[in-house]
Amino acid sequence: MAEAHPVGFQWVVEAKNRGAKVIHVDPRFTRTSALAHTYLPVRAGADIAFLGGVINYILSNEKDFREYVVAYTNASMLVSEEFEDTEDLSGLFSGYDPETNTYDQSSWQYAGQQDEGQEEEESHADRETASGLEQESHGPPIPADVPRDPTLQDPRCVYQVLKRHYARYTPEVVERLCGVPQEKFLEVCEAWTANSGREKTTALVYSVGWTQHSVGVQYIRAGAIIQLLLGNMGRPGGGVMALRGHASIQGSTDIPTLFNLLPGYLPMPHFKQHESFDQWIDAIRHPEQSGFWANAKSYAVSLLKSYWGDAATEQNDFGYGWMPRLTGDHGTYQQVLDMIDGKIKGYFLLGQNPAVGSAHGKAQRLGMANLDWLVVRDLFMIESATFWKNGPEIGTGEIVPEECKTEVFFMPAASHAEKSGTFTQTQRMLQWREQAVEPPGDARSELWFFYHLGRIIRERLADSTLPRDEGIRRLAWDYELHGELQEPRGEDVLKEINGYDLTTGKLLSNFTEMKPDGSTSGGCWIYTGVYKDGVNQAARRKPGREQNYVAREWGWAWPSDRRTLYNRASADPDGKPWSERKKYVWWDEEKGEWVGDDVPDFEKTKPPSYRPPEGASGVEAISGDDAFIMQGDGKGWLYAPSGLIDGPMPTHYEPAESNVRNPLYAQQANPTRKVYQRSDNLTNPSPPEQHSEVYPFVFSTSRLTEHHTAGGMSRQLAYLSELQPEMFVEVSPELAAERELEHMGWAHIVTARAAIEARVMVTDRLAPLRIDGRIVHQLWMPYHWGSEGLVTGDSANDLIGITLDPNVLIQESKVGTCDIQPGRRPSGPELLAYVQSYRDRAGLTPGHHTPIETPRGADGEQ
Amino acid sequence: MRPARAWVRVVSVGVKTWIEGWPVYRQLTGTDPLGRGAAAQSPKSKSLTSRTETADRVAKSVCPYCAVGCGQQIFVKDEKIVQIEGDPDSPVSRGRLCPKGSASLSLVTSDRRQQKVLYRRPYGKDWEELDLDTAMNMIADRVLAARDATWQDADEEGRPLNRTLGISSLGGATLDNEENYLIKKLFTAIGAIQIENQARI
Amino acid sequence: MESNSLYGPLDPAPEAGYTDAPPRMGFFTDTSVCIGCKACEVACKTWNAVPDDGFDLLGHSYDNTGGLTANSWRHVAFIEQPRSSSGASTDTPGAFAGLPVGPSSVPATNVIAAQTSADTGTSPGILPAVDALSAAATAGSEFLGAAPSGGCGSGGCGSSSGGSSSGGGAQMLGMPMTDLPGRVNEAPRSDFRWLMMSNVCKHCTHAGCLDVCPTGALFRTEFGTVVVQDDICNGCGYCISGCPYGVIDRRDDDGRAWKCTLCYDRIGDGLMPACATACPTESIQFGELDELRERAARRVETLQAQGVAEARLYGNDPSDGVGGDGAFFLLLDEPEVYGLPPDPHVPTRDVVSMWKKAGLAALTMAATAVVAFAGRRK
Repeated sequence: MAEAHPVGFQWVVEAKNRGAKVIHVDPRFTRTSALAHTYLPVRAGADIAFLGGVINYILSNEKDFREYVVAYTNASMLVSEEFEDTEDLSGLFSGYDPETNTYDQSSWQYAGQQDEGQEEEESHADRETASGLEQESHGPPIPADVPRDPTLQDPRCVYQVLKRHYARYTPEVVERLCGVPQEKFLEVCEAWTANSGREKTTALVYSVGWTQHSVGVQYIRAGAIIQLLLGNMGRPGGGVMALRGHASIQGSTDIPTLFNLLPGYLPMPHFKQHESFDQWIDAIRHPEQSGFWANAKSYAVSLLKSYWGDAATEQNDFGYGWMPRLTGDHGTYQQVLDMIDGKIKGYFLLGQNPAVGSAHGKAQRLGMANLDWLVVRDLFMIESATFWKNGPEIGTGEIVPEECKTEVFFMPAASHAEKSGTFTQTQRMLQWREQAVEPPGDARSELWFFYHLGRIIRERLADSTLPRDEGIRRLAWDYELHGELQEPRGEDVLKEINGYDLTTGKLLSNFTEMKPDGSTSGGCWIYTGVYKDGVNQAARRKPGREQNYVAREWGWAWPSDRRTLYNRASADPDGKPWSERKKYVWWDEEKGEWVGDDVPDFEKTKPPSYRPPEGASGVEAISGDDAFIMQGDGKGWLYAPSGLIDGPMPTHYEPAESNVRNPLYAQQANPTRKVYQRSDNLTNPSPPEQHSEVYPFVFSTSRLTEHHTAGGMSRQLAYLSELQPEMFVEVSPELAAERELEHMGWAHIVTARAAIEARVMVTDRLAPLRIDGRIVHQLWMPYHWGSEGLVTGDSANDLIGITLDPNVLIQESKVGTCDIQPGRRPSGPELLAYVQSYRDRAGLTPGHHTPIETPRGADGEQ
Repeated sequence: MRPARAWVRVVSVGVKTWIEGWPVYRQLTGTDPLGRGAAAQSPKSKSLTSRTETADRVAKSVCPYCAVGCGQQIFVKDEKIVQIEGDPDSPVSRGRLCPKGSASLSLVTSDRRQQKVLYRRPYGKDWEELDLDTAMNMIADRVLAARDATWQDADEEGRPLNRTLGISSLGGATLDNEENYLIKKLFTAIGAIQIENQARI
Repeated sequence: MESNSLYGPLDPAPEAGYTDAPPRMGFFTDTSVCIGCKACEVACKTWNAVPDDGFDLLGHSYDNTGGLTANSWRHVAFIEQPRSSSGASTDTPGAFAGLPVGPSSVPATNVIAAQTSADTGTSPGILPAVDALSAAATAGSEFLGAAPSGGCGSGGCGSSSGGSSSGGGAQMLGMPMTDLPGRVNEAPRSDFRWLMMSNVCKHCTHAGCLDVCPTGALFRTEFGTVVVQDDICNGCGYCISGCPYGVIDRRDDDGRAWKCTLCYDRIGDGLMPACATACPTESIQFGELDELRERAARRVETLQAQGVAEARLYGNDPSDGVGGDGAFFLLLDEPEVYGLPPDPHVPTRDVVSMWKKAGLAALTMAATAVVAFAGRRK
């Protein structure tokens, strides 16, 4: 956190000064570790083993916050008798199909609900479309009325199922798998549990080190399970805090430019699952469901009204017929492979530099070299715009400028100071930026670029009679233009996003005002209220020092300006604060409403004693003590009966590339991970496959304080470049000795994809770990460098292959295996031969197939 | 030569004024006999004022790097940005910035920023300059051509597809919400679905 | 002129002729909360339009600035130490306890480490670690006491020659080497800490640079700070040898001397200096020196009460060799570890007696001043 989010870290320092204990777990000792009370080195890719160990500690010592757990989680619910655990099936859950590498999830359901589970085909389609992402704003569908055992004794209740699942994650196993000495691990368990409960809360903070794994979603699930068991969710000073890495990356999923989502986490229509408008709506709202998601039709229709305005009518299903349809995986990595295969003609890069910043840099660049045209919009000349003349493949001869047909347009972009608009920061808060000056030269905002691109396209198609052009011709695209540059106003677009009551023309104040009949609009339902009372709430700037610590009059947070989600859980089931010290939102009997420091994440006047009438659905079905109102059953999920592709409970699988045989299960790696088996996307062998010793070391990559992602906004600036001027690799003194690496000398790192070179930083901040009885060396690299800018160097992402988490299709780029050797890498065509020599030794011959399901009996003598 | 030129100009100013401005005179007659303080202060030092104080206006903004969302104040003088620093009002950052945020001034005012549209023709070996309008029209032509060439109305069973798989987009996560909204709206309307973002990465 | 105005405790601004001087302003840099982010370096350069200092990977942990120079007025030092404070507040005792021990690094690694002193583009471009070495060697720091024998790596010790290996005193502090100080094969990895400190001009009560400046380019401001006036400096360079901390430095291109001004322009307008404004964790605090000294004393007490016995102040004592610093520090180890001289003295300490006798010197300085003044008005 101190490394990549230094200003956020001021709050950790402040907490520390007030007596908080700070624990840091990381493969390497970082600037965060330097200020932590306790630092634990851990093997990259073994986090679920570590977190599972904490869960086991909590459950076997009954350290959970029992009242909270019984009232607010699904601990008491009974799981189907057909469910079989990884304990019983060598690392697989029940329902696995080795043909499709997906699960039939019926047996994962609560007792009596087996029919609700996802079948394989659905599960497969969900993986292809990363449908897990839809749950960012709400839980997956689940029926209410589940049999429960509030004593938590029934062997089929979630609490007991969980306990069994993690029983083997003992401190000893944690030490064996993660390399963390047992005493240090127990110190963390004790601190975490001792500082949770009525009087105290513990916050869990993670960064992208968790999301970029083939089991990334389950890493975060594991953290959430701990925080639920200890009663840290929805309470001040608790929670699971995602430290995201870009100014509006939260906004980029809320109002997504993602293939599988529409604004507000509505799914992009799937050609089979959502063939008709009604199928689409029902797939979102699940008619028998409880919770706010039941009003999905209002949100969906309002979006279509914002897109197509008057042209969207009840008769034409509000324009649903114009929506394009998904047929499977259309994610960025699939696209890149399709580019290599010549299937894609044109590519827009909008402030993004995949030649350096995406996994498998070579695939990225070769894909770009096989397009008809590429549009790059950026502040500076970046690697993705110059792959045809300065990329590494020029040296190897894989790209020859005279033979590369890609037409490239470089369009200079306006900076954050030269346009007004909102960023959504990592706590879901929108903050409005005022424009300071006009952009220089030809530089323009994306707002300008896309408005005018749309205008020109619409002019070209104005007279078209083709049905395919109707959607673009009838699009609501009449934005008022301003100034010399003819720029649409950010305010106007934000108002469109907020939505209107179309009968009165007034801006909506909350998504609860949205209607399913086309009488309201709203481009992103969870953002409705950002223009509450006609005021740009994101532009509110009452100084923090003039407010309490929640600072509600600064910016605006979705949904409905709630700063802490699920804050109903900060009060006990009766609505009273758990403790005076930790009071946040509570029920005021006299006023008959929820009050406190935050906007209650609950219906304001629904008393704690409310119980839904028989047969209720939707919002009415939320009980007065259902704190997790966006979940189908109102409960925080320790066990996920649906919504996850790879299992209802986080399970330790080794990374897709590992030099350690999974000591817990026969199944080596995530059996549902998304793999693109291609000769240009080879995976280093992992046990029980042979030859994993060819790539004997574990590597991880991350950021330095001094740089930003692919370097486009940092390696171009002298003041940042001088602070970290060169690509380097950090190794322990022990590894340096083993490989004869010299401090500040050169070394090169090799995987099945590439060999890159870096200067050597020998440091005690990295340490060898003892894993399963042998010493494992880890090395670390920053990934900021490329061939453009004031300081240049090889790119760490070139080392990484494309293997994805099945739930969200994010790549595993935080851990892999490699070799490191002293000296510079070969250059020119010899580089290719060198990388090939490693592949040959590793048995990565043509037709090599990386096993997804680990063949049973593959361990030979075992 | 310099001293001589200076003398000439000094005489025209007036000997008395000049003498009084002479540090040694001030040193010998004032409170600073060692000539290390008040007497040594140059006119430039005396007239120093911070450029944030003389700015024409201040825009309230937000740092464009990570997702912490630190407040920034952007100081503008004569339509040029002269300083960017933390906004002390922000309850998120309390006026502080990291090295990247502190480098924002050079990010936006760098002379390395590209200000011209550049074009690399197929098989070209170097960039050429292009007029912005021309580029916009060329891009629109290419979008429409790619769409026409790859359009899919329906699958073999007649289920609607309404799309093109010929166009891709990958956006950074430093785009505004309003921008992402328009991007998704336009691409969806023309049937382009392969629209992705750093958020997938 | 009082006899003590070149030595001992005093309030420098009234001493320099400011009759209604505001309170003396300064920096308190609390290294116990420094996260080494270098925001101070960048904020300083951004505000003062200081040129970059060259793109050189130095290998001193994460320090690629190297030291305070004409082109770096703030400098964050990084010290990697295989030890821990006794307390639990500021570092990570037992960070690597219980981990397996492997062979040490090759001796050649040391040689490379000890010789990384890339050209900083400025002169003298003092690298603090080098200072630390000489200072520590004479002070006999315990870290350097660890003999290099007994733990040599697989490559043997014989090769670790090369001018920097004799006597153990020349080992690079904070750098990985054959034997990390305090760790040998028999005493494996255990404690570790990573100290960070943002260094800056000390704005001494008795400023050597100012005292020797013949042109009046260096002057004492009403805030008691020491500022080089670039419209006067003629680049003679006397100030460089006058600084007991090796802070002030000349630029290669224009020859003039440059250093921290404590943002004279900003503080004159009631603003904080750029570095203190940016500092995310309030490691750099700006304010009235008297108040800062009280605050610092309390902070040391707090840390010591938490068991951080090593917490100490540096440069806060008005009776030290420079009459106390306007910019002082809370350190977590001996000053030498951070590259700071343990007992700095203003070189003009002995000038007082000479000065009284030397009317000639005054005349010379006056004459020099005439030339400088006239020269300035080009």
